[in-house]
Amino acid sequence: MYSTTYHRPTTVADAVKLRKKAEDGQFVSGGMTLIPAMKTRLAAPSDLVDLRHVGELKGIKVSGKTVTIGAATTHAEVAESAKLRKVCPAICDLAAHIGDPHVRHMGTIGGSLANNDPSADYPAAMLALGATIVTDKRELAADKFFKGLFETALKDDEIVTAVTFTVPAKCGYAKFPNPASRYAMTGVFVAKTKDGVRAAVTGAGEDGVFRAREVEAALAKKFDASALEGVSVPSKDLMSDIHASAEYRANLVVVMAKRAVAAANAG
Amino acid sequence: MAMEGIGARVARKEDKRFITGSGSYVDDMVVPGMKHSAFVRSPHAHADIKKIDTKAAEKMPGVIAVLTGKQLKSDGIGNLICGWMVHSKDGSPMNMGAWSPLAVDRARYVGDAVAIVVAETKGQARDAAEAVEVAYKEKKSVTDAVAALKKGAPQLHPEAAGNLIYDWEIGEAAAVDKAIASAAHVTTMRIVNNRLVPNAMEPRAALGHYDRAEDHHTLWTTSQNPHVARVVMSAFYNVAPENKLRVIAPDVGGGFGSKIFIYPEEIVCLWASRRTGVPVKWVADRTESFMCDAHGRDHVSEVQLAFDQNNRMTALKVDTVANFGAYMSLFSSAVPTYLYATLLSGQYAIPQIHCNVRAVYTNTAPVDAYRGAGRPEATYVVERVVETAARELGVSPAELRRRNFITSFPHQTPVIMNYDAGDYAASLDAAMKAADYAGFEKRRDKAKKAGKLRGIGMSCYIEACGIAPSSAVGSLGAGVGLWESAEVRVNMAGTIEVLTGSHSHGQGHETTFAQLVSQRLGLPLDQISIVHGDTDKVQMGMGTYGSRSGAVGMSAIAKALDKVEVKAKKLAAHLMEADEGDIVIENGELKVAGTDKTVPWSQLALAAYAAHNLPEGMEPGLKEGAFYDPTNFTFPAGCYICEVEVDPETGRTEIVQFVAADDFGNIINPMIVEGQVHGGLAQGIGQAMLEGTHYDAESGQLITASYMDYCMPRADDLPSFQVSTSNTPCPGNPLGIKGCGEAGAIGSPPAVMNAITDAIGDNDLTMPATPQKVWAALKAATRH
Repeated sequence: MYSTTYHRPTTVADAVKLRKKAEDGQFVSGGMTLIPAMKTRLAAPSDLVDLRHVGELKGIKVSGKTVTIGAATTHAEVAESAKLRKVCPAICDLAAHIGDPHVRHMGTIGGSLANNDPSADYPAAMLALGATIVTDKRELAADKFFKGLFETALKDDEIVTAVTFTVPAKCGYAKFPNPASRYAMTGVFVAKTKDGVRAAVTGAGEDGVFRAREVEAALAKKFDASALEGVSVPSKDLMSDIHASAEYRANLVVVMAKRAVAAANAG
Repeated sequence: MAMEGIGARVARKEDKRFITGSGSYVDDMVVPGMKHSAFVRSPHAHADIKKIDTKAAEKMPGVIAVLTGKQLKSDGIGNLICGWMVHSKDGSPMNMGAWSPLAVDRARYVGDAVAIVVAETKGQARDAAEAVEVAYKEKKSVTDAVAALKKGAPQLHPEAAGNLIYDWEIGEAAAVDKAIASAAHVTTMRIVNNRLVPNAMEPRAALGHYDRAEDHHTLWTTSQNPHVARVVMSAFYNVAPENKLRVIAPDVGGGFGSKIFIYPEEIVCLWASRRTGVPVKWVADRTESFMCDAHGRDHVSEVQLAFDQNNRMTALKVDTVANFGAYMSLFSSAVPTYLYATLLSGQYAIPQIHCNVRAVYTNTAPVDAYRGAGRPEATYVVERVVETAARELGVSPAELRRRNFITSFPHQTPVIMNYDAGDYAASLDAAMKAADYAGFEKRRDKAKKAGKLRGIGMSCYIEACGIAPSSAVGSLGAGVGLWESAEVRVNMAGTIEVLTGSHSHGQGHETTFAQLVSQRLGLPLDQISIVHGDTDKVQMGMGTYGSRSGAVGMSAIAKALDKVEVKAKKLAAHLMEADEGDIVIENGELKVAGTDKTVPWSQLALAAYAAHNLPEGMEPGLKEGAFYDPTNFTFPAGCYICEVEVDPETGRTEIVQFVAADDFGNIINPMIVEGQVHGGLAQGIGQAMLEGTHYDAESGQLITASYMDYCMPRADDLPSFQVSTSNTPCPGNPLGIKGCGEAGAIGSPPAVMNAITDAIGDNDLTMPATPQKVWAALKAATRH
């Protein structure tokens, strides 16, 4: 790791100020991607502005059908939230299967969304739920937030402060982990929302998280795994690497979608 | 005292410090004035080094020195060597290319060390290493051994034309060809044994300290055999003469073979310390471990197994290409020859065997012994081809094996090995019973109803441990003898120190070796200490690898104990005015048999050192040493049965049952033996299902250089193992021990692959059988 200056602000305003002042600053939340990259010298920010101690970014609120999760809420806090589990257990289960216990107690939902790792779990959930990503400057629909591999609509000094979504009638998540990293090699989140069925795929797309229209169309007819029999998704824009070919990932999209629907219906 | 002696499940003495984080590893060593280092490494798989400019780096904060291969050469430091001479079938010696500890003119793999930076802190050393400007001229590289043998392939070493190190054979080619030509059935396969990265928990590390005042060198290093390191560094690398070099291997966090070898970094640290006048420490980071630790396996073999009309094996023919990487590591030449081809008879009476091995240079990390070293590769060849033959012949895999088992001993195979004892049917029966083999079809049907494909596979392995009489290995080309030494020091108050040339890096010697002493003298374990890993304390030793420490290392201790007992009894007889032949040692006392006369062990020790009243001519003190040279290899064997369920939608395989029935000879500590089997199975299952090493064919970059891409087995990848032993004592050593450290890794990969191929009905599957590969194989099968 190269030397860096660490800052621990307690307000969003201070965090933005510190970042602006820095020569080549970076916000850090759980640091589950950034810190390893710094340790291997692949990233070298002059300043790290830690967002985990900003009180206004923390906490889970459930108000009727509206869920709001503060950006600095850890995966473990999401996994263990009783009020969230009551209304949307799929999100709790998803959080409970991110990384390992260390990761879950450090990593945050805001960090995961801002990083937009193409294999991260939360982007699929937020996209499928039609969530709104709240920043210190504006509110963005998930459909407009995710822009490609590690790319989002965020400006340099813009901070995700929360996500908010309406609890759908049903939703579920299933992922097939990469055997080595245990990131999603393909993960599918399906949601039966008031605006129709949405299915978002992580771990598979060359441009990161995306909506599987073939899956959505089939499930719109019948929200059941049987509706996906014989459905296939094109492998054209899917990732291919030593662990999984695009063709294999296309298969996994359908298989995981089936399992996600089954989980949604079981819950 | 039987509670702590041989056969007792004693908790490991060393575990308290290991699990409380108070072990003492090389990185824990601190010497006054110590500095840190970082290596500059080639980012290219193959490149000429045109120029190394160290000026900018030398001016960086904290930098003490930047040293290159040219300075190393000018100080007379020698090239690294391979210590086992293998001759090609035409009689010519192996073609060993030069391996300079710091590359001078050319880098031959990604990670090849080019320079070292010594600085005040590790961070400063790394910063400065990035500032060393190396002008490379990239060359075409080759990482695949079969491709490296082709005409026009990039050439690595001028000494090895066509990248061929040797073209070696064993057995009678003509007789084998004749048997194959007249066979009733021949099973033919191409068998690939995947390359593995060792991944010891503790990365390699070295601390070199040259003391100018004393003109003496000390090297702390992560070694499985510090004495061999000292010999090689003094005799071949001219780092320091033996009498001025102390090598210490303190607690070492796993080796699996990868810490047998002498690596460039430890030589360079010691030399750099002498050159700069400061102690120099280096600790590998995990990326360096992936890139630069000697890898394991990497064979491609064409195999033919011939049968007569009664399904009896008549001949086995194997043609193997072995990838050696960019340089010949210390034991590399022996692994795919004398540790591999000599085990190709497996547990079977095969009248004729021929094996040809071509050893090949490629632009990859050096390849050398890794848990099992040659024997996993041999077992994989034999047990995959036997299973395939059973399927082709339409007979039960168990019965085909049973029909061909060797049943009378000693048995001379056509490939050097003379098996001394074994009962292969006993292990097979035990494993089949434990696995409820007979009930498999019912379980398969039940799984089918649940949408799963269930398969079962077995593997009847044999291995050779404790390698072997020094005269025998010497005649086969080994540079050293493979005995072991021990010294038993009885202290004045009766406590005991055992000095051993074996080295413990996870095996539990501090416990098992003490159990032997406890058994013999009836003393509690806490009065017995095991000393190892320091050339200033233990005079000489050959170290730990090849499951040799029990069979060879403990036999040396037993011999030294014999001598201690003789002297103790003589003194006891004198003190009690009895006949020497009537003295027995029991429960920490020396007794006159049939009387109530006793001398406690502590009093006897005191008498030996006080020396007030010794028998005529007896020297004071009680301390004896011994060297033990085995008369033969030992031959552990067993049967493993694996049962899997494959999810056809995803290709994911779950091991639902794994049974291991082993014959390890006499067992000192069953708990430690079970732990060794569990660990070996985890590594073997890792090889079969998870671990694959990928170099990019074009650039020669190591793709799987971190745990993000290299898949190590985790607890939830593994089933709860059912292990058992049925032991026939080894006739070749005084303790009847065969060795258990590698069996799990040797026997399990073919059992797993036989099970998965049984489940999916595709026999071409290669290791690691990842979900993607299994799914693709199933998909291809449905297309047919």
